[in-house]
Amino acid sequence: MTQFVSTQPKKISLQSKFLLPLARYGLTILLALLLFAGILIITGKNPIVSYRDLFGATFGSAYGFSEVIVAMIPILLTALAVALPSRIGMINVGGEGQLYLGGIAATFAALAFKDFPGWILLPLMVLMGFLGGALWAFLPAFFRSIGLVNETITTLLLNMIAPKIAGLLVFGFWHSPRETNMTPNFVEAARLPTFFGTRIHLGIVFGLVLLALYWFVMKRTRWGLEMRAIGGNVQAARRNGIPVAKTMLIVFCISGGIAGLGGMAQVSGFYGLLIPNFSPGYGYMGFLISWLAGGDPLGILLMTFMVSVILTGGNMLQITIGIPYAVINLLLAFTLFVVLARPSLPKILKGKTA
Amino acid sequence: MSLLALLGVLSSTIFSGTSLLYATLGEVVTERSGTVNLGLEGVLLISAATGYGVTILTENPFLGVLAAALTGALVNIVFGYLIVIRKANQLAAGLAVMFFGYGLSALIGKPFVGKMISSLPRYMLPGLGEVPLRYSSLFKFDLLIYLVIPITLLIWWLLYRTRWGLGLRAVGENAETAYASGRNPGLIKFQALIVGGFLAGLGAAHLSIAFTMNWAEYMTGGRGFIAIALVIFSKWHPIRAIAGVIVFSGAVAFQLLLQVSGVNISPFILDMIPYVLTIAVLLIWGGTRKHSAPAMLGRVYQGTE
Repeated sequence: MTQFVSTQPKKISLQSKFLLPLARYGLTILLALLLFAGILIITGKNPIVSYRDLFGATFGSAYGFSEVIVAMIPILLTALAVALPSRIGMINVGGEGQLYLGGIAATFAALAFKDFPGWILLPLMVLMGFLGGALWAFLPAFFRSIGLVNETITTLLLNMIAPKIAGLLVFGFWHSPRETNMTPNFVEAARLPTFFGTRIHLGIVFGLVLLALYWFVMKRTRWGLEMRAIGGNVQAARRNGIPVAKTMLIVFCISGGIAGLGGMAQVSGFYGLLIPNFSPGYGYMGFLISWLAGGDPLGILLMTFMVSVILTGGNMLQITIGIPYAVINLLLAFTLFVVLARPSLPKILKGKTA
Repeated sequence: MSLLALLGVLSSTIFSGTSLLYATLGEVVTERSGTVNLGLEGVLLISAATGYGVTILTENPFLGVLAAALTGALVNIVFGYLIVIRKANQLAAGLAVMFFGYGLSALIGKPFVGKMISSLPRYMLPGLGEVPLRYSSLFKFDLLIYLVIPITLLIWWLLYRTRWGLGLRAVGENAETAYASGRNPGLIKFQALIVGGFLAGLGAAHLSIAFTMNWAEYMTGGRGFIAIALVIFSKWHPIRAIAGVIVFSGAVAFQLLLQVSGVNISPFILDMIPYVLTIAVLLIWGGTRKHSAPAMLGRVYQGTE
């Protein structure tokens, strides 16, 4: 992404700023849909009918569209949790684990202080969710900052441990009297408010506000400048008196906290309880989205939306044409493959912006 | 606790550890060439489903094993296309392969859910003729189990005693230098991926055709990630991978033993052991350069002009 930007002339036209990325995303989706159509044909489904169902289910009704927004919430937050440290050259593969820890910590607050009124309990859960995720990010960041272990490996390993902590707590201590694989429903005061009679909850505001904040901090503040300096050249940043190790530690913990908020939003806003495997890989999806968008806020929003459409539409495909839900991962994978393979745009589109 | 229970635990540990050792070996080979494949979980799933399906269709488990191994290699070629030819980021491409595996394996495996297979034939461990049947029947193993240690040694020999292995490790340490000494880094990375995929496919085949003898969505249950952890734990060395698998399988065995003897400890704690150990080992090495990761691991080789 940086290479892409640096080769551009200084004066970037409106066209190249908005039309080129849009054309890129449009072509990506088209190619992925074509590939997936091949799969549908092989399995004996009519791709046109399937896609009509998929897009009808997501764009065709207010309810369907609201479900897309609901699906965006955790992914948006985990994508941010990857994008932020990537600005300083740190790779956070641990969004998944941080999300889990956030959910677990928020659940602890919801169960332990269930008699508190909502205006205390909810902020407490938000705080706990943030701290849970931040703790899970602190360990790898600390080890990295003292030069012990690279954060890529440790965050990945901590991802594996986190769901097992959830399992341990739910099965061992927190489960409801009737069912051993989930906690009791949270009290109403521990639920994030929902909007417009849909399942869209306050978590979307967390996501959008943090996304805007991320853009603002990176573009408009001294802090953002320092972070970009570290990302550009660590040695130079250090010589210029930027506290590199401290910044790395703080940025990584904040990122973990953001992913933790995603976990909090899922247990409090979406489920209203904790189940051991409450994430189908949101952390990894966030990693991919942030990577594919090159950490660009608008790109993150667009990619998150795209992935959410696929995930939500997949639910409908399962119901209407009877293919296993897991198959929708193929459409997701094809989209990712196409972006990763970076096919060049047709000449005409390029010519317009050159 | 009876001797029978103890031996039963030992036997099931060997069965569950075999697929893991194959997968770990495969990842050792690819990581030695500088490629980290986070999509190993997906590779295992697709291979397990394909192997299972082919076994049912042909009623020949050996063909199933072969199909699984070839499938593993094929999926790794797709991954290789992304990271070598298109120079995509390895972590991102690996995660994409993981999602690809979740989806494709569900699709391939769907017609075969709940179907019975003729599993890989098992042969008695030689020299157990005198032992009572109730003991010796625990030590009937299939061919893939008997072959896993020889194959580990073979991989070690290939990596450390052949020119090919030297070139492969050279690419993993410094692709530019390897290129300068007349090797083709892209080609070598592909070769490593094919060998790695083949081995992962063997592991997956053992899981679905010989061990569990069924297919279920997400049946690998994180084995791909355990294998990636074990590669680190064994310091990217095939022989040490055996030790890594023993530690992991030991944790599983311990868990079974506790269950047999009626001690109540959460299985979740024991499931964490391999990961916690791997992190501990990483911390103990603490940045020592000797025997640590291949220097180019995870980096994109941009080609040398």
